[in-house]
Amino acid sequence: MTVVEELAPGAPGPGALTKVRQGPPPEPRAPEPRRISNNRVKGDRVFLGSSYLSGLVVLFIMVAVGVFLTFEALDALRAQGASFLTTSEWETDRGKFGIASIMLGTGLVALVAVGVAMPIAMGTSLFITNIAPAKVRGFLVGMVDLMAAVPSIVYGLWGAYFFQGMAVNVARWINTWLGWMPWFSVNGADPSNPNGSLTVYTASIFVAGVVVALMVMPIQTSVMREVFSQVPIGEREGAYALGGTRWGVIRIVSLPFARGGIIGGTMLGLGRALGETIAVALILSASFDLKFRILESGGNTVSKLIADQYSEASGFGLSALFAAGLALFAITLIVNFTASWFVARSRSGAESDG
Amino acid sequence: MTVVEESTGAVETAEDVAVVDRPTGGGTTLPDVVATSVPPNRLRTLSGFSRADLMNLVGALISSASITFLLFGVLAPLSGTLGFVVVAWLMFLVVYGLLVSLDDTRPVVVDKVMSAVMLSTALLAGIALFSVIFYTLAKGWGVLFRWNFYTQDMSTTGPTDPLSQGGIGHAILGTLIIIGIAIAITVPLGLAAAVFLNEVLNRFSQFVRTVVDAMTALPSILAGLFIFATWILILGFERSGLAAAIATSIMMLPIIIRSADVVLRLVPGNLKEASFALGAPQFRTVGNVTLPTARSGLATAVILGIARGIGETAPVLLTAGYTATINNDPLHNPMVTLSLSTYYFVKSPQQSLIQRGFATAAVLMILVLVLFFIARLLGGRQAGQLSSRQAKRVRARSRKDLARFDARHAPAEPTLAPAILGAEADALPPPPVPHQESSP
Repeated sequence: MTVVEELAPGAPGPGALTKVRQGPPPEPRAPEPRRISNNRVKGDRVFLGSSYLSGLVVLFIMVAVGVFLTFEALDALRAQGASFLTTSEWETDRGKFGIASIMLGTGLVALVAVGVAMPIAMGTSLFITNIAPAKVRGFLVGMVDLMAAVPSIVYGLWGAYFFQGMAVNVARWINTWLGWMPWFSVNGADPSNPNGSLTVYTASIFVAGVVVALMVMPIQTSVMREVFSQVPIGEREGAYALGGTRWGVIRIVSLPFARGGIIGGTMLGLGRALGETIAVALILSASFDLKFRILESGGNTVSKLIADQYSEASGFGLSALFAAGLALFAITLIVNFTASWFVARSRSGAESDG
Repeated sequence: MTVVEESTGAVETAEDVAVVDRPTGGGTTLPDVVATSVPPNRLRTLSGFSRADLMNLVGALISSASITFLLFGVLAPLSGTLGFVVVAWLMFLVVYGLLVSLDDTRPVVVDKVMSAVMLSTALLAGIALFSVIFYTLAKGWGVLFRWNFYTQDMSTTGPTDPLSQGGIGHAILGTLIIIGIAIAITVPLGLAAAVFLNEVLNRFSQFVRTVVDAMTALPSILAGLFIFATWILILGFERSGLAAAIATSIMMLPIIIRSADVVLRLVPGNLKEASFALGAPQFRTVGNVTLPTARSGLATAVILGIARGIGETAPVLLTAGYTATINNDPLHNPMVTLSLSTYYFVKSPQQSLIQRGFATAAVLMILVLVLFFIARLLGGRQAGQLSSRQAKRVRARSRKDLARFDARHAPAEPTLAPAILGAEADALPPPPVPHQESSP
C-alpha cells in the first residue's frame, strides 16, 4: 500500500511538494460509526404497541388451544397409559379404549386419499405449467382454486349419494381380481356370484378416501404448480435446445428440480386428509375393527369419532376424546412441518442465468 | 421456436451478402460465391397440432371405445360406468401409443402418451368438480325455486310435509350471523397479526409465525371440541351462535393470517424504502404504502378465508346445537348454519328431507362460489396495479396535495392544481419552483 503524504512547504525534500513513502502505512484511525438512533414518533409507538398486542393475542389463543388440549387429554392418558395406543375398542365407561383402530382408519383414509390425489395433482400441475396454452392455464388455475373453496359437506353429499353408487362396482372388480391381497379382501363378499349384494362394499374406507382425495387434490396441485413454475427457464430451454421432447424436459429438468416441492405438497395434502371430518362422517359407517381391508364396509377416523361421540361424552369420556384429538393433532403437526421443511428445502427461488 | 426463426433470417442475410459483386482490386480475390438455393429451414414444431396428430387421436378414441364395448359386452361381463371409463381410458392410451409409434420414434411416442396422461388428469379434475357442482344443483333443483324455501323455517314442518312448506330461513340467518361475528373477530385480528409478522422482525415474531403455521394443522373439529369443553362445559354458557362463531374464528384465524402474511411479503421493498426515505414513520408507511399496495391481495385472502369458514361444518356441529326455528339472538339458544342443517337433513331417511338437504347444500355452494368469484375479480390485479377508478382517485389526491403545497409555499400565486397529471399540463407555463430555499 502506498500512502501519499503531503508535506508542509519548506520541509526538507528534493523540491517536491509530495513524496511517496513506501513501507507500512500508519495505523488507520478506526472510523467512528455513525450512531443510528431510532426516535420513534408517538404514532409509531402506538402502532408498534398494538401490533405487538395483536401478535400476543394470536399467540395466546393458539397456545391456549394447544395447552388446553394437552391438559384435558392428560386424565385419559394417565388412566390408560401405553394401552391407549394398542387398544381398538372405544368403551370409555368400562375404561377400555384406545386409538389403535381409529388411528389406523384415519391413516388408511388419508393414504387412499393421497394415493388417488397425488397422481392427479401431479398430472394437473404439470399440464398447467408445461403443456397448457396460456388461456387454458388461467382457466385451470381458477378451477383448481375453486375445488379448494367448495365446502366439504358438498363433497360429502356427492360422495355418499352419487360417487358411492359407481365406486362399489369398481370395488367389487378390485376385490374379484385382486382379492388375494389381504388389504383388498372383503369379509362376507362372494366374488363368484356376479349378482351378489353390493352393500358389503358401501361405506368403506376406499369410498371415503376417494372423496377426501377431491378435497386434498387442490392443495397438492397448487403447491406443485408453484414449484414447477419456479423451474429455471434457462435449464428448460437448454434441454429443449438439445432436442428434448416436452416429456423429456419434464423428466430430466422439472421433476428432479421440483422433487422437494412434490414431496412437500403431497404431505400437506396428507395433513389435510388426516383432519377431514364431515365428508368422512357422512360416508363411513362406524366400526372399531382393527383391519386393513379398505374395500370393506365400515371404518373409523379420529374426527368422525369426535363428531359421533362428543354429545354423549361426559367428564372422563370427553378427556378420552381430547386424547384422541391430541394424538391426531400431533401427527398432523409432524406431517405439516415435515412438508414445509421439504418445500423450503427444494431449490425454490434459485435462479439460473438464462 | 423464436430462435429457429431468427437463424432462418440470418441465413437469408448471408445469401444477400454473398450475391453482391465485390470489387476485386488489391491482393485478395474473393471466390465467386454461387448463390446456391438453400432449402428453407423447416421449423420443428414443439407445440401445435397437425392433421396426423388429429387422426391418431380420433382413431385411438374410436378404437378404444370399440374394444371396451367388446370387452364389456362379450368377453368379461363387468358392470358400472366408472369401470367402463377406466378400461376405455387405458385402451385409449395403448392404442394411441401404437398409432403414434407407426411413424415416430420412441421418445415422441413416450412424449405423446405422457401428454395424453397429463391432459386426462386435468380433465378428470375438471369433470369431478363439475359433477360435484351439477349433481348438487340438480338434486336440489326442485326446491331451489320455491320462495318459501328461503323465507320459512322448519319449526312447523314435519318430515313428511310437502316441499311447498318450510324452508331454511333459519339456517341462512344463522350462517350470516355466525360468519358475521367470525369476520368481526378474525379480519381485524388476522390482518393486524399479519402486519405484525411483516413489520416486526425479531425472534418473537418468528415464534408467532411458527405457532400460526402449526395451528393451520389443527383439525377443524378440534377447534369445535376446544370451545365445547371451555365455553360450554367449563364456563357454563349455552350452545349458541356466539360459541359457533368463536370456534369458526379459531379455525379461520391461522388461514387468514397465513395468506395475508404471504400477500404482505410480496409488497416491493423499494416502495417501503422510498416512504422511509421521505421521512415517513413506520405507521404512516404501513397505512399509506404497504396496506394500499397489497389491498387486492388482502381482500382475496380475507374472502377465501371467509369462504372456508362459511363452509365448515365440524366446529359448528359441536358448538351451535340444532334448532328448526329462526333465532336471531347469537347469545342465547341454539343456532344452525347451512352446512349444519344440510348434515342433519341428509341423515334422515325421508326423501323430501334429503332433497331439502341437497338444496341447502346448493345454496351454501352458490354463496361460496359468489364469494370465490368476487375474490378472483379483486385478486386478478397485481399489487400496485390500479383500476381506472382507483387511478382517478389517486390523481385527484395528488392534485389536492399540490394545491395544498402551493397554498403553503406561495399563497399569492394562482393555484396550479389542475396542472399535474392532466393533458392540459402542456398548455400551461412551467410552474415556478416553490422550494426556493432548498436550491443550492
